Amino acid sequence: MRMGITELAVKLRKREISAVELAKAYIDAIEELNPVLNAYVHLTFDTALEAAGQADQLLKEGDAPLLCGIPMALKDNICTDGLPTTCCSKILNGFKPYYDATVWGKLKKQGAVLLGKTNMDEFAMGSTSETSCYGAPRNPRNTNYVTGGSSGGSAAAVCANLAVYSLGSDTGGSIRQPASFCGVVGLKPTYGAVSRYGLIAYGSSLDQIGPLTNSVKDAAIVFDAIKGVDNRDQTSVDFDYGSSLAEYLDRDIKGIRIGVAEEFFDGINPEIKSKIEEAIKLFERNGAVIENIRIPALKLALPVYYIIACAEASSNLGRYDGIRYGYRTPSYTSIDDMIVKTRSEGFGDEVKRRIMLGTYVLSSGYYDAYYKKACLIREEINREFDAVFEKCDVLVAPTAPSTAFPLNCRRTSPVEMYLSDICTVPVNIAGVPAISVPCGMDSNGLPIGMQIIGRRFGEATILQAAHFYEQNAGEVVSAYEGGARI
Amino acid sequence: MNYEIVCGIETHIELATRTKIFCSCTTEFGGEPNTHCCPVCTGQPGALPVLNQKVVEYAIKAGLALNCIINTKSHMDRKNYVYPDLPKAYQISQYDEPLCEKGYIELDSGKRIGITRIHIEEDAGKLIHERGYTYIDYNRSGIPLIEIVSEPDISSAEEAREYAEKLQLIMRYIGISDCKMQEGSMRCDVNLSLRKPGDPGLGVRTEIKNINSLSFIQKAVMAEAERQADILDSGGTVVQQTMRYDEATNTVTPMRDKENSEDYRYFPDPDILRFSIDEEKIEEIRKSLPELPFDKLKRYVNVLGLPESTARQISRYRKVAEFFEEALAEGAGVKNAANMIVGTIFATMDTEEEKELFDIRISPAQYAALIKLADEKKINIGVAQATLQKMLESGKSVEEFIKPEDLAGISDEELENLCREAIDANPKAAADVRNGKEKAINAMFGYIMKKTGGKADIRKAEVILRKLIGQ
Repeated sequence: MRMGITELAVKLRKREISAVELAKAYIDAIEELNPVLNAYVHLTFDTALEAAGQADQLLKEGDAPLLCGIPMALKDNICTDGLPTTCCSKILNGFKPYYDATVWGKLKKQGAVLLGKTNMDEFAMGSTSETSCYGAPRNPRNTNYVTGGSSGGSAAAVCANLAVYSLGSDTGGSIRQPASFCGVVGLKPTYGAVSRYGLIAYGSSLDQIGPLTNSVKDAAIVFDAIKGVDNRDQTSVDFDYGSSLAEYLDRDIKGIRIGVAEEFFDGINPEIKSKIEEAIKLFERNGAVIENIRIPALKLALPVYYIIACAEASSNLGRYDGIRYGYRTPSYTSIDDMIVKTRSEGFGDEVKRRIMLGTYVLSSGYYDAYYKKACLIREEINREFDAVFEKCDVLVAPTAPSTAFPLNCRRTSPVEMYLSDICTVPVNIAGVPAISVPCGMDSNGLPIGMQIIGRRFGEATILQAAHFYEQNAGEVVSAYEGGARI
Repeated sequence: MNYEIVCGIETHIELATRTKIFCSCTTEFGGEPNTHCCPVCTGQPGALPVLNQKVVEYAIKAGLALNCIINTKSHMDRKNYVYPDLPKAYQISQYDEPLCEKGYIELDSGKRIGITRIHIEEDAGKLIHERGYTYIDYNRSGIPLIEIVSEPDISSAEEAREYAEKLQLIMRYIGISDCKMQEGSMRCDVNLSLRKPGDPGLGVRTEIKNINSLSFIQKAVMAEAERQADILDSGGTVVQQTMRYDEATNTVTPMRDKENSEDYRYFPDPDILRFSIDEEKIEEIRKSLPELPFDKLKRYVNVLGLPESTARQISRYRKVAEFFEEALAEGAGVKNAANMIVGTIFATMDTEEEKELFDIRISPAQYAALIKLADEKKINIGVAQATLQKMLESGKSVEEFIKPEDLAGISDEELENLCREAIDANPKAAADVRNGKEKAINAMFGYIMKKTGGKADIRKAEVILRKLIGQ
């Protein structure tokens, strides 16, 4: 079993290994595996070793925070002062922000060691990470398969032990789905639980940053470190989670009410369905109460998601004009020509598709029929979720309708790709938290993910349920052989 | 052919908050280009706006001063358009839920010009064209603005000017903006169409953008009305378009503008939550508002009895009015206090701005002390004016310039006592006067003048002396 954050922290404090040695072990592993996996797109080894040196100093002085000296990775859409942040888009080629995202500021303060920025779908738009301008990352479980997306690089890095943990962002499933495809844990927090300041926006009312880890406990530790209200993000919420969530994972699940909505199981691969049902039985055997419930509006979630996310994206991405930062077309005849050429050359097809879709649904004459209607249905979905959480503490569902698919197979059919988000998008629409935990393998040996969904700010409950499952289900996904050797 | 003018004005006013609308950058005017900037106001990737509560408060002040309804629930929208001075490619503004609605401004004639709405929004940066390049200064990007939209109730060039002038006055009075049209902290767009008198419908309108002085508003309305009338008279039709007013030639010409029919794709800004304003807060703001200039004007004329022109000059500037009212509270008489402000203090000020600032070296109490001497006729107006000038130059009080013994006002009682003394001291002369020797009175004059250092009113003294002597 791979060491978790707590065990590594103990090792660091016992001086069995220094932070610099630990960082070097990860750097070696990245140099060995990244050429194949393409999990990282920007390597920051110099600053990593510098940070590790400082972490060693802090550890020597005692009283270092838990994450001090732990090597980790950030998705390439999280701003890092002085380090490349490109959203894996040509249009942000060479962009280095002069400010830190709030989450990175918090981790840096704890002494985190950033190894690099991870691969992703361009501007987080995609479900396979294949829309990255740096080429797709490979699934460490089988390199002919996709990692999922959009936080594919973050999932692959954690899976292949090229980082102890990573941060991703989740607008419609972008943490949970790749976590599921790669067989790791991924937590999408409640909207507002984690500051979005410095997260390059895709769908602002849906985006949330969260951790990808090897265990539920690590996810809780990282969530503890990054959560909290931020006066630079008005949508962040001052919620009192009590003390550390990581300390209360071992609570009994007896009496916990688990909702199972049949709408989540429509069109799901039977192998996945049976694994989830096994998991539900495990919960039931251990005293959980299973409630069969209905969420009829769920079938509308996908179109609602694509309308709202694309509408917001079309506005959020207007700023990439080549004037202030990033890519600028080399030859142009006027300012308008420059902006048009820069955007035409700088954005990939999927991004352009979503900008056009979003522009269309906001246009006068179409606004009421699309955007406004989507907002109304969103409210209905919220009401249905609220009603469900009166009766249940958590919902259990598949994370994705299928396991990872082969590289290059879905690129030609956008709608088919959009369908792979069907289980995850309702969670973002409702702003509730959800975690994906590995719950088995399909006949091809590819991981299956189970999604546990909670009520707003109910992270403690979903983490407890996920932790219980993880501790009691045995080894449902085989350990990845390789990566950093410690 | 005669036409009726149908005109409405949209006014953008920069609010005088200390910091910008969505970040903590300073709003100070000037400054080297791009020095009052941060990731938020330059639209860097990942930056998020945080609404400055002072902006909301200032906009509510404006709304209350313009008799508006304040919406207790409101939100911000994104107005999407592409222009190099707009770093996010959208302006955060308000579309369907403005902070304030349904107010009015009353003109001197008693006619009310309706205010449709007031909303808050951010200003854009500035393009500077130099040496064949275009430079962008984002210092102005994110400066808070309110946009005040009037109803098309204005029906003459004079009314247009008066509306804008009153609006400017009120905004300055309530202290939310300096409204300097030359510096762009107040900018007016005029919408204008013509129709035949009595015609209930509206003609095709044009919009004249960014007029930067009050007199240009008047001139532009006249020029545009004439231009449209000429078109209509010759059987043509007015084209709906955006116009520019050229001060030098006093003409209105179409702007090259391809954004006329742009679709701004407004939608609620997901980065800023809907906000509500509680009634208590609105009441608190209402109570903090000063008495407005037109209310003051009415009071000065009707209650204090000042002539309208004087009342208007004083009530026009909030600081002047405050100084005036404080001097009255210190006991100064209305007439002298008002006249000396308008006559003497204003004479030292060349510009509107100086009157607006009213940065003078004496306090209302010092001023009142001087005015009281004039009120009591202890000094005449000429002396009072000269003394006031010295006070304004030095900042010193009236006592520095007029000693008690300098006061012409030796009281009648004192003078009578002096006269008695003079008679007692000159019994022979007094007897001579009684016996018809007129010139003998000079001896007693000499005595009084000596005693008072020549300040006594000798004609008054003569009357008293003759009475006492019994002539």
